[in-house]
Amino acid sequence: MAELLQYLFAGLTSGAIYALAGLGFAIIYNASHVINFAQGEFIMIGGMATATLTAAGIPLPAAILAAMILTMLVGMALEKFAIEPARNADVVTIIIITIGASIFLRGAAQVVWDKEFHALAPFSGETPIRILGATLMPQSLWVFGVSMAAIALLWWFFNRTLFGKAMLATSFNRLAAQLMGIGVKRVLLVSFALSALLGAVGGIVVTPIAFTNYEAGIMLGLKGFSAAVLGGLGNGMGAVVGGLIVGIAEALGAGYVSSAYKDAIAFVIILFVLFFMPNGLFGKKGVDRV
Amino acid sequence: MLLEIRGLSSHYGRIQALDDVSVTVDQGELVALVGANGAGKTTLLRCLSGVQPISAGSIRFDGADITRTAPEKRVALGIAQVPEGRQVFGPMSVDDNLRLGAYRRQGRQMADDLERMYTLFPVLFKKRELPAGTLSGGQQQMLAIARALMSNPRLLLLDEPSMGLAPLLVAEIFAVVQSLRGDGVTIFLVEQNAHAALTLADRGYVLETGSVVMTDQGHALLADERIQQAYLGL
Repeated sequence: MAELLQYLFAGLTSGAIYALAGLGFAIIYNASHVINFAQGEFIMIGGMATATLTAAGIPLPAAILAAMILTMLVGMALEKFAIEPARNADVVTIIIITIGASIFLRGAAQVVWDKEFHALAPFSGETPIRILGATLMPQSLWVFGVSMAAIALLWWFFNRTLFGKAMLATSFNRLAAQLMGIGVKRVLLVSFALSALLGAVGGIVVTPIAFTNYEAGIMLGLKGFSAAVLGGLGNGMGAVVGGLIVGIAEALGAGYVSSAYKDAIAFVIILFVLFFMPNGLFGKKGVDRV
Repeated sequence: MLLEIRGLSSHYGRIQALDDVSVTVDQGELVALVGANGAGKTTLLRCLSGVQPISAGSIRFDGADITRTAPEKRVALGIAQVPEGRQVFGPMSVDDNLRLGAYRRQGRQMADDLERMYTLFPVLFKKRELPAGTLSGGQQQMLAIARALMSNPRLLLLDEPSMGLAPLLVAEIFAVVQSLRGDGVTIFLVEQNAHAALTLADRGYVLETGSVVMTDQGHALLADERIQQAYLGL
């Protein structure tokens, strides 16, 4: 029982990060039908910037804010200089551009920072909390709490604000959105900014647990992608549920089978989804009457 | 003159869809554009809304050149389009669809207009919380028209509002168009249903393979032998 609980804690913690990454994929996918493979790099930049800034003596809150702004700017620059100029190209071409961008960002991170691992002190100490025989690190609560708050804010944005609804409308019907006077270029730019911000938030809260280096985004990004695919690409709630499932499956697999297969589990899930339920758990079910 | 299209041409790749089209619409007029499937009617409306590239010619709206103006700015200037096939935001509620129609102009006036639309189309009020995609074809057409009106347009572009609807609903939609015209909305109506469109219209244009081949008063076109043979099946 204690063992299971321990694995669940671990799974929910990493699952929350995958959920944020999956949401990042979903937002950009909705705005443009592009799968942004640089999503993991947003996570890396958020973590690296916060770790190096605090190591340079800047107080944590200021470092976090700076890292979030930096990542957002990187996301917007990516859209402005790599995606926007190719907007008339095939979706597949643009996806390949994002893969190129992710390699570029990893290279840039090596130049700006270095190839070393960077650590960040936990936000509120390292005294474990004991629950029913299992231990929970305070940082896990930070990860889970911040992720859930970010998800709630995002839900509010898309369902309660006019610009959020305009972004959703653009994903449902781009032409009609244009005819309503919605500037689809701006929607695309904001979708990259938001996805980058989500990635940064995930990267910042997870770094005290997992360390970070210039390559840290690859795995996190791919797992976020499997979360998004499992939930049904473009479905926000699906990405969150998918993220938590991938996280828990991974933790249980590592605990009960072998930790050697930990990283394989997410990819087995992708294969399973693609073979047996290509629309994912909450994929589009057509409700349109024609 | 509210709208003045001069010598407009447009291409899809290497295929020419519009060739030297000139059309004018005066303030308060209802002008119909009729023609067969594939004549370029929808392309012309797409050019007017700025979502289709123009290869030659110019568009002036209320005296200002808008040939290169971005689509969202044209909506702000007062050009609203009800696109072919309705194109409502299916998964979003009727209410949200209408609010997005007023995307360019929020505030008090928007709330008043929302109420006005629900009075004009009571069926939409009944279904305001439902996803637009669950409405029937006729209701979706009403929604698409109401959504365009939410931008308080000076010029309403209607693309095939009767397409795919049962005859009874077609009559209902055209009654709506007529009442809008009575309210003083300037309308540019594109229709395959030439008889209904020309009956309502002050003036009409006939488009054939990308070019305007005839233009006259609506009733004069209706009475024209060539039109009767080609489009009215008489």
